[in-house]
Amino acid sequence: MDALPAHMRPERSFQGLILTLQRYWADYGCVILQPYDMEVGAGTFHPATTLRALGPKRWNAAYVQPSRRPKDGRYGENPNRLQHYYQFQVILKPSPPDIQELYLKSLAAIGVDAAVHDIRFVEDDWESPTLGAWGLGWECWCDGMEVSQFTYFQQVAGVECAPVAGELTYGLERLAMYVQGVDRVYDLNFNGREGADKVSYGDVFLQAEQEYSRHNFEHSDTAMLFEQFKMAEEACRKYLAAGWREGSNRKEHLMALPAYDQCIKASHAFNLLDARGVISVTERQSYILRVRELAKACGEAWVHTEAGRAV
Amino acid sequence: MPDLLLELFSEEIPARMQAKAADDLRRMVTDKLVAEGLVYEGAKAFATPRRLALTVHGIPVRQPDLKEERKGPRVGGAEPAIQGFLKATGLSSINEAKIQSDKKGDFYIALIEKPGRPAIDVLADILPVIVRTFPWPKSMRWGERSEKSGSLSWVRPLHAITATFGLETEDPDVVKFSIDGIETGQTTYGHRFMAPAAISVRRFEDYDAKLLDAKVVLDPERRKDVILTDAKQLAFAQGFELVEDQTLLDEVAGLVEWPVVLMGSFDADFLSIPGEVIRATIRNNQKCFVVRDPKTGKLANKFILTANIEASDGGKAIIAGNERVIRARLSDAKFFYETDLKTKLEDRLLKFENIVFHEKLGTQGERIKRIERLAAEIAPLVGADVDKARRAARLAKADLLTEVVGEFPEVQGLMGKYYALAQGEDAAIAAACEEHYKPQGPADRVPTDRVSVAVALADKIDTLAGFWAIDEKPTGSKDPFALRRAALGVIRLITDNSLRLSLLKAAKSALSGLSGKAAVDAEKLPTDLLAFFADRLKVQLRDQGARHDLVDAVFALSGQDDLLMVVRRVEALGKFLDTDDGKNLLAGTKRASNILSIEEKKDKRTFDGAPDASLYKLDEEKALAKAIDQVKSEAGAAVAKEDFAAAMSAMAKLRPAVDAFFDKVKVNDDDAKVRENRLKLLGEIRAATRAVADFSKIQD
Repeated sequence: MDALPAHMRPERSFQGLILTLQRYWADYGCVILQPYDMEVGAGTFHPATTLRALGPKRWNAAYVQPSRRPKDGRYGENPNRLQHYYQFQVILKPSPPDIQELYLKSLAAIGVDAAVHDIRFVEDDWESPTLGAWGLGWECWCDGMEVSQFTYFQQVAGVECAPVAGELTYGLERLAMYVQGVDRVYDLNFNGREGADKVSYGDVFLQAEQEYSRHNFEHSDTAMLFEQFKMAEEACRKYLAAGWREGSNRKEHLMALPAYDQCIKASHAFNLLDARGVISVTERQSYILRVRELAKACGEAWVHTEAGRAV
Repeated sequence: MPDLLLELFSEEIPARMQAKAADDLRRMVTDKLVAEGLVYEGAKAFATPRRLALTVHGIPVRQPDLKEERKGPRVGGAEPAIQGFLKATGLSSINEAKIQSDKKGDFYIALIEKPGRPAIDVLADILPVIVRTFPWPKSMRWGERSEKSGSLSWVRPLHAITATFGLETEDPDVVKFSIDGIETGQTTYGHRFMAPAAISVRRFEDYDAKLLDAKVVLDPERRKDVILTDAKQLAFAQGFELVEDQTLLDEVAGLVEWPVVLMGSFDADFLSIPGEVIRATIRNNQKCFVVRDPKTGKLANKFILTANIEASDGGKAIIAGNERVIRARLSDAKFFYETDLKTKLEDRLLKFENIVFHEKLGTQGERIKRIERLAAEIAPLVGADVDKARRAARLAKADLLTEVVGEFPEVQGLMGKYYALAQGEDAAIAAACEEHYKPQGPADRVPTDRVSVAVALADKIDTLAGFWAIDEKPTGSKDPFALRRAALGVIRLITDNSLRLSLLKAAKSALSGLSGKAAVDAEKLPTDLLAFFADRLKVQLRDQGARHDLVDAVFALSGQDDLLMVVRRVEALGKFLDTDDGKNLLAGTKRASNILSIEEKKDKRTFDGAPDASLYKLDEEKALAKAIDQVKSEAGAAVAKEDFAAAMSAMAKLRPAVDAFFDKVKVNDDDAKVRENRLKLLGEIRAATRAVADFSKIQD
């Protein structure tokens, strides 16, 4: 690889780490996408993963996805927990036979030397009740720190994966803290510069963490959110119903993506409501089920679209 | 005889599945071999994170030949029958069949000889089937082939299969087969990072040795030994003591092929968090051991990790990395703990109104109120302060809603105690928050503090009564709500603490607190529940080596719902029956009962009621009648004083009179009136012994 200027080196720069991963997976042949322009709880929600994992067509993509988990906010006081953080997501369909080696080489690319560090694949059965998805794989540990999740998707949106896609999710802040040797996420060097030019993760996000924690735990408008959930749910169903091409006898769908956006909206509204603690344990289950039903219906529609069906 | 070496090399197998998988592999292969007539000498299976391996030694080279005679149709039978017979037996013409005769005439016999196949061919047939049908708890598909249905499922992607078969002295052959594109061979791989190159192996001995050279310790027991020994040594060298943890050791040994044990430390400030929480954090999340100061028994600010690699820097980076993670985890735990401390336990209770305990038994909130009421009722009976018991019952479950317990369910109760103490609750109330869950099983400690006892009893009796009311009783091996454990807990709480408690009353009270659907027949249920306690008590006493039939004999008396008294009676009865007096009295009483039941059957009537003294003809009758009267009053008085030993001694006085009666008196006298009177006298023996137990339930 070309010699990187100091400010781009992954062990000095958060953005350098991201760019290195993008470069690595671009060199492998992935489509490098930009983040999905909606609030999601994890990179998996990006249609480039959820929907593209379905159907027989080959698909190799990588992207950064800002992820929002309202409940994980800590008012900027916890050194690790954030309500907004970045995931780097790689999806390879079908999963290549050397996917573990590919992953390990990507770690090497960002400066994790397997001769010095203890890299481990520890069982982690992944399941997303809201997406109707599950897979088997591992948490990838580096010296006891979980730095990635590694999943062979078996089912997504209620549809069996054929072929199976391999999903790699890098927790970027954790990885960066690791390679930069920093204990507090806000101390990460974001731009790789030093002195007056240095911008830290805290400079970029600390205020946001404080503000959103206040919002998520204390002030979010729950009446509006309940309403939003309902509206998104209704819209999703409406778009799905309207999307079947006339005369195709439900064999061809033309609006799976817009419908799926509404499913994402409903899911985020639920996460916000959950963070406010206004959803009881019994209700919680039923909300998750409602989102899952939407996701499943979107998956069903997707496999009847151009990109999702067999040739 | 030749040996088999089989290795299934895959991506990382979950630690918790490895031991069973190795066992399943050994069992499945050897069972199949035996079923194929290949009796082997020995087999052993191993697992590491990346491989399952099996060696079977002493397998015969070939299956034994099979000879079988098959009976066919009659000579001269219908043509289709003969054709069918030829087809079934593989004979080319009926002339090849022998003819035998029996009573019905002549018939054909085919002699089928099935030559045994070479074992290696048999293995090539059975091994792929075993791989395809392997019972992983969860398995998955992967890669290109997963597009087609019927592709191989394995726990994680399977990469290579080594299968060799041959004699020690020769180069073995590869057992040839292929599964989903994986061809068997002799090639495996060493440690993922330290020796990733391909290794060619011949048989188990060189496989094991070459793996060791390639930084793979094949035998999990050996890995455990290494970890435990090194961990103890590291701790000892620093003046500490390893907190041993078998479950963790098993798991850690399943996460490494080449264990390297290292020690790290964390900021001593974190020791302000309860030790159990530190241990749970470090153990559950990081799979590390903790160490303690042997003098104080308190945790030290050290931990022990097991890496999978001999790092080129001697482990410095690994230790530093683990320390960083543990610091972050502990600061989370500290955050949880300190957040929890900000909210009083009682202020959490409101949330329980929305948490369903069981759909038919209402919310946790309702349940806590029931336990509170019951604990207050039980308190005076067990010598507990009523207000403290009520308060403890009210707070005991509140820690379920704390952050720490949400994160580490195994510290429930314990955290309740810490939080109760922190908010200045009485020590007995705090203790009850932890101890009311006890005893959890036969080996668990039984609380003795009376407040704890009252809440523990209320909690368990409420659970039992509730699930009884909605008819969710344990059946067979199914006991999803751990009701047997709850009942045993009640028994141990009562007997270990020598408590006097009417279970019937307590159960009735618990039932009366249930509302709605669960409110049920309050007359029949408690009795039914009592029978369940009797069963549990029998199991308990049997486990302690006591005679469970004596429990039946005591419970057969009416109104026995005071477990302590039941146990005392059983003990006294057991001792009495060990004496000659006891044995003879039991024999005499049984004889009386037997005679009575025969005669009662014959006459289709019972012989109850007092005998008529004027009808006594013999001295022995009179003596017996006198003895019975005396024993009845003495034993009755002793029982009233709960002095069961004295009651038994009184009983013993009955024995000579009973013996003499049976010796000298003919019950079935020719005079019907005398006979009836004597039978009534026998009835009196039975009645007298019932002062202590129903002797008819006692086995000889």
